[in-house]
Amino acid sequence: MTVAIEFKNVTKRYPLYHHIGSGIKELIFNPKRALSMLSGRSYLAIEDICFQVNKGESVALIGRNGAGKSTSLSLVAGVIKPTSGSVEVSGRVASMLELGGGFHPELTGRENIRLNATLLGLRRKELNKRIDKIIEFSELGEFIDEPIRVYSSGMLAKLGFSVITQVDPDILIIDEVLAVGDISFQRKCINTINDFKSKGVTILFVSHSMSDIEKVCNKVIWIENHKVRKIGDSKSVIAEYKEFMQQ
Amino acid sequence: MKYNFGYLIDLIAVITEKELKVRYKSSFLGYLWSIANPLLFAMIYYFIFKLVMRVQIPNYTVFLITGLFPWQWFASSANNSLFSFIANAQIIKKTVFPRSVIPFSNVLMEFLHFLCTIPVIVVFLYIYDMSPSISWLWGIPLIGFGQMMLTYGLALMLSTLNLFFRDLERFVSLGIMLMFYCTPILYSVDLIPEAYRWIIGTNPLSLMIVSWRDLFMHGTINYTTLSHIYLSALVMMVVGVWVFNKLKFRFAEIL
Repeated sequence: MTVAIEFKNVTKRYPLYHHIGSGIKELIFNPKRALSMLSGRSYLAIEDICFQVNKGESVALIGRNGAGKSTSLSLVAGVIKPTSGSVEVSGRVASMLELGGGFHPELTGRENIRLNATLLGLRRKELNKRIDKIIEFSELGEFIDEPIRVYSSGMLAKLGFSVITQVDPDILIIDEVLAVGDISFQRKCINTINDFKSKGVTILFVSHSMSDIEKVCNKVIWIENHKVRKIGDSKSVIAEYKEFMQQ
Repeated sequence: MKYNFGYLIDLIAVITEKELKVRYKSSFLGYLWSIANPLLFAMIYYFIFKLVMRVQIPNYTVFLITGLFPWQWFASSANNSLFSFIANAQIIKKTVFPRSVIPFSNVLMEFLHFLCTIPVIVVFLYIYDMSPSISWLWGIPLIGFGQMMLTYGLALMLSTLNLFFRDLERFVSLGIMLMFYCTPILYSVDLIPEAYRWIIGTNPLSLMIVSWRDLFMHGTINYTTLSHIYLSALVMMVVGVWVFNKLKFRFAEIL
């Protein structure tokens, strides 16, 4: 079995950049302090994480807010680089990291589809063929030609997900975006994800809805306090996680 | 990750289209502004320097706009590039694509604006009893490509550095104003006293403006000057690409 994603002792530390905000005045009048601030403060997002995801597997990441789930996904997507350790990803990644991520608020739904699909790696020719399918899936009707700043969060989720349905990734990353859609749309999304699964696409999923996870994933990685706490099949890890969270 | 060339072209097209749409979404006159703006300045300068101070340069209006229009391309690119990554924070944080495309689209968009101003130059040439020359056919691409490289190198550097050091905005707007007066746009090179000629000679922007003006007004291309433009453009590109590559992996963290 081939490995699609491998984390080897991955640590990610974010420098706290906002200290540079004081800019040149600080640099001139107090260079020592300004420079020590640059190097000193940082935030540890994940520490020494190791896991493997095989090709075709669907895996969920669970854990509290701020545990490091989204950082892990960003590392897989390649948006950021690890501070130490290595992240190896083989294949094309399509990611949906946030509601409205990769969209521009002033553009219409249709224009955003073109932008987002291209950013996700779809060629112009393919896009022209598939754009009708995307719009149909999004259920947005007339709103497709309105600027997306007037969209509700549910509509944004629909727009974002509908683009995902028409790209051809090897690895699909979905970060907590289904929760705001209505029930029928959520079902449609779960079906789409399962379609991807049957095509052999590796899926990495973050959600706080345990029932969604059970519907999609067979393996769960539980991240607690910036470290991996447990990796195993969905049922047992979820049960343990629920118990832990009730304490 | 390697990207194939066709995809890069698609990406540049889509992002440039997006930038244009965002910019003109709520403006009625649209890209006419890109002509109106330098034209208005040309009118002001004409009034001050030709009518009030009586500068002895023949065909002063043509002289002005053949310098102002290419300058506008450079200056707007440099200014806008400062915010190009910041304005696109959303797509940088959430998707992976070659980020260098964004400042490139910016420079490209300003280049398209510049192309739109060429008919205006032609009109003024005819008003002053001159006419376009056949050498424009290779002259415009030649000088244009040099300026494209020079501007893109600078834009790449400024857009990257401004993420980490926001004070840069102030320096750049001051710097551009300074360069504007150090470049023979309002005056011709031979008006400058011998002792100060080096200011013009060492400034690649003035070589560029002089080249454009010679091409538009006389249809001549000086290949020595052109080679100097290309040399400084190359240096600028190397610096820009180096700065960008050094810092590009930290964009998503800092935005």
